[in-house]
Amino acid sequence: MTDSELKIKSVLLRKNLLKYIYKAKAGHTGGSLSCVDTLNVLYNRVLNVDPADFKNPNRDRYIQSKGHCVEALFVTLADRGFFPESDLETLCQYQSHYIGHPTKKVNGVEQNTGALGHGLPICVGEAIAAKLDGKSHRVFTLLGDGEMPEGSNWEAFLSAAHYKLDNLYAILDNNKQQITGSNQEVMNTDSLREKLEAFGWAVREVDGHDLDQLEKALNQGPLEAGKPSFVIAHTIKGKGISYMESVLKWHHGVPSPEQYELAMTELDTAEAQI
Amino acid sequence: MELDKLAEMDLRMGKANQEIFAETLEKLAAKDRDIVAVTSDSRGSGKLVPFGQKFPQQIVEVGIAEQNLVGVAAGLASAGKKAFAVSPACFLTARALEQIKNDVAYSDNPVKLVGISAGVSYGALGTTHHSLHDFAALRAINNLIIVAPADNFETEQAVLLASQSSSPVYLRFGKKAMPFLSEENQKFEFGKARIVREGSDLTIIANGETVYPAWKAAKALDERHGISAKVVSMHTIKPLDTQLLDGLAAKRKPIITVEEHMVNGGLGEACASYLFQKGARNRFQIMGIPDEYTVTGSQMEILGHYGISPEGILARAEQLLK
Repeated sequence: MTDSELKIKSVLLRKNLLKYIYKAKAGHTGGSLSCVDTLNVLYNRVLNVDPADFKNPNRDRYIQSKGHCVEALFVTLADRGFFPESDLETLCQYQSHYIGHPTKKVNGVEQNTGALGHGLPICVGEAIAAKLDGKSHRVFTLLGDGEMPEGSNWEAFLSAAHYKLDNLYAILDNNKQQITGSNQEVMNTDSLREKLEAFGWAVREVDGHDLDQLEKALNQGPLEAGKPSFVIAHTIKGKGISYMESVLKWHHGVPSPEQYELAMTELDTAEAQI
Repeated sequence: MELDKLAEMDLRMGKANQEIFAETLEKLAAKDRDIVAVTSDSRGSGKLVPFGQKFPQQIVEVGIAEQNLVGVAAGLASAGKKAFAVSPACFLTARALEQIKNDVAYSDNPVKLVGISAGVSYGALGTTHHSLHDFAALRAINNLIIVAPADNFETEQAVLLASQSSSPVYLRFGKKAMPFLSEENQKFEFGKARIVREGSDLTIIANGETVYPAWKAAKALDERHGISAKVVSMHTIKPLDTQLLDGLAAKRKPIITVEEHMVNGGLGEACASYLFQKGARNRFQIMGIPDEYTVTGSQMEILGHYGISPEGILARAEQLLK
């Protein structure tokens, strides 16, 4: 896949996640739009995973700690061939496995997540197991900035550095907003770079909508040998849809028919410009 | 003769169940490098210091961080390790309850959760260190086998079975030395209670460290009144041995349940719920710690205060049979 095809893929994934959120009349729209570029890069440039052999013990692991942005994950997995995209017609319906958070009932999902502050400790366990077994696969998680106050994350930050888990990569979808307001208003988590470095992690900050920067940060080995890697992806909540960008109500807002049409038109324009 | 002295003549004393847990885990680890103990500064109280010395590659220390303990264990189990997460029951099953619910049970990562120094084992250390809620909390979580072995035999068997199980398991151990309460080499399986004393007039259903005082009370009932009391070690509280309960319901003899747990949501209520819905007509009494600020004292003093003692169980049985 060429770089411009990858960029077009990002637009397509945005269209798809909006399509299914619109249809289900539910979803975490803003956060899915902020992290979907990261998922695109992970599944199309970084992760060694095979939809036909997902349980291969040597696969790279991806565990989405910010489980509520499952729509971005589902459309990415469907696009990668883990399941037919038409399955997403059942999103949030009675007896569907495609619920509002990731579950292992869906091919390609590593762990059941949704409660915040859970993804990273599980990844630490996966990364320790890989080290114990002398395996070379990598372990990735995507954290939301709103879940940074969870104490369990900080327990895991300590242990990842203690065990020198340079096979572990945590990506922060730093869209700077959460359900109540800005991170700064709700619970200030400023100076994350300094905090994480003090905790023994190697840190890099990237533009979380620049596919090239994301790929370079995630696909060239650990940021520093002997340290877990923390990639702060600076993103915009609602990215790609003008009226949603950094507007709080789109945390879990669902577009009206007119808003949906407008969003699709904007994405068509974006696609044409690539 | 005082009831406390009664058993010593008849029963071979063993070690604390949590010591047997550690010894059994060592034996398993020597043969299986996928056995991993995960500890939260708890290897001393979990008797795992020798384990850590012998198998430094098979122990993961997370420090005093129980949420991370269970999360990391879930990751290890997901990667194929037989992860035993060991921590005092009070912290493991309260501080890390959400990790148990989501990362272990809901995600079906077959972690073996090992609650040590359970119930009021920590005695005078007080309520912060007591686990009187763990059966109730964990019974309300789908996909978790809950086991409180009575003696060293049941403990060893439970650890062996847990290591082979593809399900998440909670093992609950106390730190007081326990006698062997029945013949060894019996068959042991989760969900299948063990009869540690046969009897026909009354049944005492207990688990964990309360099976021993129940056994003493049964012996005294026989010697003092010629009453024949059956004693059941309901080591697995979930899934319950409903076949055994069906048999007790059919005979309609009185039942007493005994547990080192609050009366809310524990062994007694689990049995009562099943029996009542089956239409059982047995007279039925639940003995446990009441829903109040727990009295202070040593483990034996606390249990004695609430009648969870040979004398207390004997008195309850006498009253029930009047």
